[in-house]
Amino acid sequence: MADLYISEDQADKIELAAVAAVLGGVSVVVHESERLVRAGTRRRHSHRHLLLPALHALHNAKGWISPGGLNHVCELLQVPPAEAYGVATFYDMFRVEEPEHEGDVVHVCVDSACQIAGNEDLISAIEAGGAHVHRSPCLGQCERAPAQFIQGVGRPDHVPADDDPLLFHQAGDPTLRLLKRVGLVDPVSLDSYSQHGGYEALAAAVAMGAEAVCTAVADSGLSGRGGAAFPTGVKWRAVAAEHGRPKHVVANCDESEPGTFKDRFVMENDPFALIEALTIAGFATGAENGWIYIRGEYPLATARLQNAIEQARAAGLLGNDAAGSGHTFDIELRRGAGAYICGEETALFASLEGFRGEPRSKPPFPTTHGLFGEPTAINNPETLLNALDIMLIGPHNYRSRGTERSPGTKLLCLSGRVAQPGVYEVEFGATLGDALELAGGITGSGELAAVLMGGAAGSFVGPDSLDMPLTLEDTRERGTTLGSGVVMAFTTEIDILDVLVRISEFFRNESCGQCVPCRIGTVRQHETMVHLQRTGSLDAARRALVDDISRVMVDASICGLGHTAASAINSALALGLITGVES
Amino acid sequence: MFGAGGGTSSYTEIEETDVILLWGSNAREAHPIFFHHLLKGLDNGAVMYAVDPRRTSSSKFADVWLGLDVGTDIAMANAVGREIIAADLHNKDFIEHSAEGFEDYKAAVEPYTLEYAEQITGVPASAIGEMAHAYAKADKAQILWTLGITEHHNAVDNVFSLCNLALLTGHIGRWGSGLVPLRGQNNVQGGGDMGALPNKFPGFQTVGDPEAHAKFEAAYGMPLNANPGKHLTLMFEAMDEGTIKGAYVIGENPADSEADVDHARRLLAGLDILVVQDIFMTRTAELADVVLPASVGWAEAEGTVTSSERRVQRVRAAVSPPGEARHDTEIIGELARRLGVDWGNPSSEDLWDELRSLSPVHQGMSWERLEAEGGLQWPCPDLDHPGSAFLHGWLWEQDLGGRGPAPFSITEHEGPKDQLTDEFPLRLTTGRALDSYNTGVQSSGFESPIRYGDAIDLSPGDAVALGIADGERVLVTSPRGSVEMVTRIQPDIPRGLTFTTFHFPELVDINTITNDAWDPQSGTAEFKAASIRIDRLASAPVADNPVGANG
Repeated sequence: MADLYISEDQADKIELAAVAAVLGGVSVVVHESERLVRAGTRRRHSHRHLLLPALHALHNAKGWISPGGLNHVCELLQVPPAEAYGVATFYDMFRVEEPEHEGDVVHVCVDSACQIAGNEDLISAIEAGGAHVHRSPCLGQCERAPAQFIQGVGRPDHVPADDDPLLFHQAGDPTLRLLKRVGLVDPVSLDSYSQHGGYEALAAAVAMGAEAVCTAVADSGLSGRGGAAFPTGVKWRAVAAEHGRPKHVVANCDESEPGTFKDRFVMENDPFALIEALTIAGFATGAENGWIYIRGEYPLATARLQNAIEQARAAGLLGNDAAGSGHTFDIELRRGAGAYICGEETALFASLEGFRGEPRSKPPFPTTHGLFGEPTAINNPETLLNALDIMLIGPHNYRSRGTERSPGTKLLCLSGRVAQPGVYEVEFGATLGDALELAGGITGSGELAAVLMGGAAGSFVGPDSLDMPLTLEDTRERGTTLGSGVVMAFTTEIDILDVLVRISEFFRNESCGQCVPCRIGTVRQHETMVHLQRTGSLDAARRALVDDISRVMVDASICGLGHTAASAINSALALGLITGVES
Repeated sequence: MFGAGGGTSSYTEIEETDVILLWGSNAREAHPIFFHHLLKGLDNGAVMYAVDPRRTSSSKFADVWLGLDVGTDIAMANAVGREIIAADLHNKDFIEHSAEGFEDYKAAVEPYTLEYAEQITGVPASAIGEMAHAYAKADKAQILWTLGITEHHNAVDNVFSLCNLALLTGHIGRWGSGLVPLRGQNNVQGGGDMGALPNKFPGFQTVGDPEAHAKFEAAYGMPLNANPGKHLTLMFEAMDEGTIKGAYVIGENPADSEADVDHARRLLAGLDILVVQDIFMTRTAELADVVLPASVGWAEAEGTVTSSERRVQRVRAAVSPPGEARHDTEIIGELARRLGVDWGNPSSEDLWDELRSLSPVHQGMSWERLEAEGGLQWPCPDLDHPGSAFLHGWLWEQDLGGRGPAPFSITEHEGPKDQLTDEFPLRLTTGRALDSYNTGVQSSGFESPIRYGDAIDLSPGDAVALGIADGERVLVTSPRGSVEMVTRIQPDIPRGLTFTTFHFPELVDINTITNDAWDPQSGTAEFKAASIRIDRLASAPVADNPVGANG
């Protein structure tokens, strides 16, 4: 790009090597001779998606993104430095100022599950040990609360709890569908995966043909497990019907909803299943490009998926004529860098493309204008896993479990005050009480006060909802949501107001700032919660203000973040969980 | 009227085209508004090949930059044509129906193999071939050019060599395809449309054509000279010969802009009478016997302007001209009155209607329509005609409507008049910068953060060879004279080439050394190719870091 103004700061040797390792000598401008140079808008566009990996490399090399390092990447990719700076500062994991401390950064989670599990004590202990702590939004390890994640400098990122042995209470249960291999299969071995029935589903899919796969998925009644519950078959068929442009399937592994850790659990313990399921999605939709966008705080899942991709590729299960399907399909894995909003599908596209992760207006929908503006089927990993069983047992048998409108099984993320927090697979229709029992029931002092359903973007329900069947239809009827499967239990000894203040702070921090209702609404909401906490009361006028803010955010925000930012707080106030609130 | 008149395409067409050949044009800096349309085209997926001796800021937006040697455009174009024919990619139906002279053209370009073109242009043969194939195979393709094509002694042949490519492929007369010469002034097109050309009446009707002659004599009510007049370069030759003794200069600054400008200034100063009508006291005006202060074309004047896409638009006066300044038409009318003819006091609309009565392509553009429709593109022959987005659509019609097929032209590579020699081993070419305009009459009055003055750009390799540092003051000499300049070492410029702008004649009189060899057909001087030598000034210390920070 001609209009590129680069400051005089230069990358040092460490940064040059780090960028070279990830970009492999790629440059938008290629000088073939003194009189022949290739560059141009199309090359610039087609390389822009390398910006985020390059920023990761810079940050890992030095612990921050220096102006010189940024300049170097900008010259290679022909991105204006101001724009690249805007991308770098969008993410929680990236610093653009030289840190005062040396070495690694310990991220400690400050969201609900960890907040009520003594995260402040952990922070004090780590700081007393001399390490630098970064207070992080939910790290997706709620079953291990309080959670930490170590961001390495000059070495890989690391989660201390990943060294602990797997704890999975349902391991080997014959009724499991989605988690049937977890605890039994060796997650780093393709052979082991094959011995446990791996790649039989893809073979069945290839045998029945792409159209039949879409039909089977549609007939199964499978709907999206990321929270929106959109019918998967409809999505796949829409992409399959697009012709003439490159197509994509994306696994949305940017699991960032506070309280959610099911996808991490599956990716760490049965990574080949996701690779196989995504390959089926590619085959069914006719997409040649598979993408996995995984949140940056999941180093173990990232390593295991990368290993699985490489083994699958070496075995001919990816690439030209993938698994003998006659279809070309490969998968590229990309890491996020700490941004809740990137779990929103269009924000994820923007992030993957190398831009700030800001959502786009819909329509047009991803099925016609998705990644790189091309037809895209984007699914949650749990959704994709269901496709394996649908291929193996057929849509009819698939529907033998669950309810008519919520067929199949569901992964729940049980955390908070339960005896055995963790991921559990339940049949749709099991009650909330059943789920809590599965996790060993309520623990600690005090009685059950409330359960947060669906995460920070979900809502609280009271103990009177223990009989609520966990289905899409029943939760909706009761004004709550299954969302991403979060079931977080709070007892009477917990100050729910502390939790609400943090939830409101979370949304304030995570709003991308693109649209006004959310940018301003989340700030006002947080101010109100802080006011309530400080003064112990919320008068009728302020209570009305909370309702107003909520209505405006629901009506006028571009994406789901704004739509749901007030949901948990509204439900808590409506349930009377907070004293001193006038109605 | 193929091959003359105006750009064939509308600006918006470039937003929808597939392949762009930007040839001898630094539109990013010289035509920044049009370039925004081009950028939209690139964003929409168009592939751009930039043919330019320098990797200009425009070329940097190109998918491929082909850095041909200065003055080798015909060799490149002919090789592209030959390759299209050799690969059987030419549009045979279109050529058969709408063009003539194909066999002669084919024979003429036969020697121009890709390898031969590589020898002449310096650009790898494979890249020339790639451009040829991309252009020929494209559904829609445009060739854009400016002064890199026309400021040569063989300017018209350069243009014809590009027109041949459009005829060969049928990339003409269709939406998104075309031949687009970009115009420098907002109203250069309008000037030509109005007959401000030595061989044309208004509406591109040819002087000497009996029918046109009779029409204009009848309209003007007096006998007209049937011979074409002289273009600017010929006028200066006539001054030199003493056959032109007086000049009336309206809105031009030849005392700064002519090639070999010392000579031009002497000629202007030696005239019996020089009248200059301008909005500024230019260097030419300083030489004048009489200066007539004019009003600014926009803001102070009623009338029309016509853009490169042949779009006639209304302009309106917002303020009155200051002091004694008056509208051009008023000054000319007053002059006529003093010379004994009273033209009355016509309004802009009256003048426009006279044009419409004489120029068929403007006939349908009533004042009301221009206002109501936000401008119209000629040809617009009657009041019901919507105007023409692009020209030469008739080439695609079954019946050519009495017009002859469009002719191929035979063009041969000649190279610049100034040959490189041991005495003058470097090539100097001139061009423009984004924030300046021509000789600076309209632009030097404001500050710009990216203005660096008229430095001479040269390659790191030449700087090392000559022992010259970045920013050093040097003596630049051509066969015609010498100027002192400051160097700027540019990593992007090919070895053997130097470049400068000419926006600051008060600082560097660059046209002292440019070549005034000119094209007999267009009258344009060869500003783009002089041969020069760069010498260190005697007083300069030995440079210890010749390449400077850019090396």
